[in-house]
Amino acid sequence: MKEELFVSGRDIPNIDPYLHLWHWEIPLYLFLGGLSAGILFFAGYFYVMHKEKEMKATIQWAPMLVPFLLVIGLGALFLDLKHQLYFWRLYTIIRFESPMSWGAWVLMAITPLSIVWAATYIKDLFPKWKWPFKWLDTFEEFAIKNRKTMAWIMMLLSVILGVYTGILLSAFNARPLWNTSILGPLFLVSGFSTGLAVIIWMSKSKYERKVLTRIDLIFIFVELFFIIHMMMGLQAGSQAAIEASNLFLGGQFTVTFWVFVVLLGLMFPATLEIFELRGYHVPGWLPSFLILMGGLIFRFVILEAGQITRYLY
Amino acid sequence: MRYAMAVDTKKCVGCGDCVVACQTENNVPHGYCRDWIVENVTGTYPKLEIELRSERCNHCENAPCVRCCPTGASHIVEGGIVLVTHDECIGCGACIESCPYDARYPHPEGYVDKCTFCVHRVKDGENPACVDVCPTSCLHFGDLDDPNSDVSKVLKNRKWKVLAPEAGTNPQLYFLT
Repeated sequence: MKEELFVSGRDIPNIDPYLHLWHWEIPLYLFLGGLSAGILFFAGYFYVMHKEKEMKATIQWAPMLVPFLLVIGLGALFLDLKHQLYFWRLYTIIRFESPMSWGAWVLMAITPLSIVWAATYIKDLFPKWKWPFKWLDTFEEFAIKNRKTMAWIMMLLSVILGVYTGILLSAFNARPLWNTSILGPLFLVSGFSTGLAVIIWMSKSKYERKVLTRIDLIFIFVELFFIIHMMMGLQAGSQAAIEASNLFLGGQFTVTFWVFVVLLGLMFPATLEIFELRGYHVPGWLPSFLILMGGLIFRFVILEAGQITRYLY
Repeated sequence: MRYAMAVDTKKCVGCGDCVVACQTENNVPHGYCRDWIVENVTGTYPKLEIELRSERCNHCENAPCVRCCPTGASHIVEGGIVLVTHDECIGCGACIESCPYDARYPHPEGYVDKCTFCVHRVKDGENPACVDVCPTSCLHFGDLDDPNSDVSKVLKNRKWKVLAPEAGTNPQLYFLT
């Protein structure tokens, strides 16, 4: 028998009896960040591949959402801060050791870039659009000329942003569930898959849906592989890691994770996508909706469960 | 210079004086604490063993809280004491998530707070408040680089352990067993 008690009556809000400091803001941000990264990556990729005509939703429509999604995500991050008036301190220093620091800087770069990218297409999508100032027209012309450079930078930054949403958590060695290097790639593929889901949902072109659905299937299978890989890695780890993964293998998050994330959020939409590719009629929104829900729940579960796990002493 | 503290688990009676002394000395807000006492009971009746530990920030040499702080508010000063600059802290909570000892807490005013080894007393050559007040003298503080310091002597003569050495933090809070 082993029993541990705080005899001095320690009961700090959000820390005792177990850590629950980060609430809905962080997983929502991780979800929106990964999703935006996915949309921007494929917008850049298919632009560079000269698919502007065939892939309108990918290159033009979906990136219109990104500035809004990123701003909501940033808003959530801001709400999470407890010393909010000092948030500008983030931008007085770059600390490469701290994922949160370089993540904040990447967001500082990718948010304006996504706004400029969306702005260059706004006249194509809304022909009646007029900029209120002349210099905005000049700037738009300049941006349109440099779309290719922007596409390359967007692809690079979106990979960093996607990986960062996972590394933010995996850098915390005090939480054994998070402290695994697979979390970066896992969040990257999951984010890209949710990004693809949004584009597929918005796309009206059969060709575009087909191309994106094929890519999405690859991402979903890689994600499933990474999830199994993560569980195997944790089960083969220290006692702290075993107890962390046991939360998903019989513990309190088992049903939420395997039913809502893996089954309904990955395997079922993947099956629907396969049927769709084979020519069966599947409601267009359904696989995308399931993938998005799965991605959101996945981030909530990982965040909640990770905070419970700790070193044993 | 390398400040460290040793807690004699054989002498600690769990009275909580260190906790109250810290709260008074450092104006710790009501309901919070920078140090606390853990009672660890192992075994089966009637063969039970009890270990009492007065715990606080471990002032780790390889401090994860300092590493993950995005603004540099968490930093290490001379003597290895880990501190938080209040007006550089944005209250993101990364350091709280990264601490294997749950030694940090969000201060109601927004910034993150923790044990400072009473740096304001230590730099004047005094002991931290918890050490001075301990009725059983179970807390030992001093400079590990000085072989004649209180803490160096007890660590040389007694068996000791640190908490979660596998976390790779190289903690500087030692427990005499």
